[in-house]
Amino acid sequence: MTATTDVGPVPATRTPEGAPRKKRRERGGPALALAAWVIGILFVLPVLWMVLTSFHSEADAATNPPSLAAPLTLQGYREFFGAGGGASPWPSLLNSLTASVLSTILVLVLAIPAAYALSIRPVRKWTDVMFFFLSTKMLPIVAGLLPIYLFAQYTGLLDNIWFLIVLYTSMNLPIAVWMMRSFLAEVPVEILEAASMDGAGLLLTLRRVVGPVVLPGIAATSLICFIFSWNELLMARVLTGTRAETAPVYLTGFVTSQGLFLAKVCAAAFVVSLPVLIAGFAAQDKLVQGLSLGAVK
Amino acid sequence: MIVLTLVLTGCAGWGGGPGGGGPNSINVLMVNNPQMVDLEQLTAEHFTKDTGITVNFTVLPENDVRDKISQEFSSQAGQYDIATVSNFEIPIYAKSKWIAPLDDYVAADPTFDQSDILPPMTESLSSGGKLFGEPFYGESSFLMYRQDVLAAEGIEMPAKPTWQQVADIAAKVDGAQPGMAGICLRGQPGWGQIFAPLTTVVNTFGGTWFTKDWQPQVDSDGFQEAVQFYVDLVRAHGEIGAPQAGFTECLNNVIQGNAAMWYDATSAAGSFEAADSPVRGKMGYVAAPVVKTASSGWLYTWSWGIQQASTKKDDAWKFISWASSKQYEELVGSELGWSRVPAGKRASTYENPQYLQEAGAFAKPTLDAILSADPNNPGVQPRPAPGIQFVDIPEFPDLGTQVSQEVSSAIAGKTTVDAALARGQQLAEDVAVRYRERSG
Repeated sequence: MTATTDVGPVPATRTPEGAPRKKRRERGGPALALAAWVIGILFVLPVLWMVLTSFHSEADAATNPPSLAAPLTLQGYREFFGAGGGASPWPSLLNSLTASVLSTILVLVLAIPAAYALSIRPVRKWTDVMFFFLSTKMLPIVAGLLPIYLFAQYTGLLDNIWFLIVLYTSMNLPIAVWMMRSFLAEVPVEILEAASMDGAGLLLTLRRVVGPVVLPGIAATSLICFIFSWNELLMARVLTGTRAETAPVYLTGFVTSQGLFLAKVCAAAFVVSLPVLIAGFAAQDKLVQGLSLGAVK
Repeated sequence: MIVLTLVLTGCAGWGGGPGGGGPNSINVLMVNNPQMVDLEQLTAEHFTKDTGITVNFTVLPENDVRDKISQEFSSQAGQYDIATVSNFEIPIYAKSKWIAPLDDYVAADPTFDQSDILPPMTESLSSGGKLFGEPFYGESSFLMYRQDVLAAEGIEMPAKPTWQQVADIAAKVDGAQPGMAGICLRGQPGWGQIFAPLTTVVNTFGGTWFTKDWQPQVDSDGFQEAVQFYVDLVRAHGEIGAPQAGFTECLNNVIQGNAAMWYDATSAAGSFEAADSPVRGKMGYVAAPVVKTASSGWLYTWSWGIQQASTKKDDAWKFISWASSKQYEELVGSELGWSRVPAGKRASTYENPQYLQEAGAFAKPTLDAILSADPNNPGVQPRPAPGIQFVDIPEFPDLGTQVSQEVSSAIAGKTTVDAALARGQQLAEDVAVRYRERSG
């Protein structure tokens, strides 16, 4: 004798045409949606405020209470771009771009093989290696600043963009190894075995099998390394001078203790933020995939 | 992106090392004040063109530039040939031999006309009988007030007011216009913020940070009375947000009609009398208020100093000689306007009819304030170190900033003046004990 239990209507797993039915995403309630919007707006509000202030005159930008309806002007941007004989921002923007892009490339070149050796073909005591990488981030950067400065001075590397590239590479390498390891660990062993059985060598497996799977992860890692390098101020302020000055250092130069500067600084901050915003939007799809792929969620 | 980067690298800063930047170039590290921004604009066209010397500037905010200059000069890194140093740093740097004496350059350059530099400036930039800096612009402090507001209330400002008279006027004009405070006084923490005006108030109330033999006096009667007066005044009739208000905030308050009076740097007057200023022609300027001293204005100058490790001292002097010259002042006057001239350093500036036409409202009060400032004898008792609004010792920025945080809290109503100064006395004792030990 068999007993049956009525569990009610069971959702069909396939459409009438036989195709698999997509699982419908459950929607949160209106309260959650409202909370998400409020939090989102709170995050964006300072940026919007910065953009609005950048289009005001210095006097309007400094009013208290703030004036929303003040006339708009491009004066802040004109001054940032050196109209009227002031300094040009281009050398520092190019320095930042050079340091960020080259250090990101170097980080990837070093981090991907390291992550491979820690996940897909784990070396002995790989957990110790991971901890060692992490431990390098435990020392506050400021604690290492004086030795680094003296080293740069004695070796003639002060105000040299190459030195900054090496420093940014070493600063971002641990986090890149951790991120890439978590992405590579998501690659199913079965497809690696299948590739091996099909006769694919290491390079072919990396290029044709592993690469496409972890591409979003590489994009996410690249973007994070780029952002960290682009925004870095402490090292750049101490170690650069007139030739290797980066954009964040140039940006701080608009702050003055005698006079008004808010509109100029907002214009400068917006322009300096643009490359990161553009890179973020360009890699948006890959970034979301990447950040939801591994352990970094 | 990689190709783009490789192309861009040709433009990036891939040089390095001391004395870099090419044989005919010098590196200058300077504070981002409006006068320096004007200088940066005029250098290529009017200095580099004539001399062939390219000037590479690094411009930073005041606190950042102090840190960087201190780091650069103490390590004698040689990255920068010239830096903007004030009369606070010069005696300290000179004793440490971080900065080059300028006497030989001055002697070999008669067109510079050192005798035209105001004597208090030359004195404050000298150490051990040698000159170590040339002023770019100088300032003292005075009381600025809205003539129209006081006139509407039937109040006449004395030419040399006392602090009590200022407090009485502040009470009368408080709220004279909607949102207008009686007076704006700095309340922002920082040895160069609140303690610039407040130390001059302490001096004239008979107080001092230290006695001649390094006994701390932060909780003594004169110091306590001065701080209590200052805190009471700003709490009763001062600006909104006083605990966060510094030079910039007060400047803005006066420009926007939110304060009827302001005691601060003479250099602020140029902004009030600029062509686009809404208070142009409405401001009056009188001497710094006093109590027990004949005068009370501070003395401050941003000046040029040459790093001892520089390998381009001759070119560095050529730049200084140009930037601090009479000709440069005339250049600024003709190109940018006479209210933007980096004044307060040369006697001839105050005889120039074009400058006086533009800056007539504040020129004489500024000159009088600078000439009456005595950095070696600013109060009623002998001092262990020079300085009017500061004590010229390396420990003062840290000491002044820590005590200023306590006083700023008192302005905010979070603590009392007595408690703030009791803490300040402990901090000052920590500093003083080292100097007492050194002097045996």
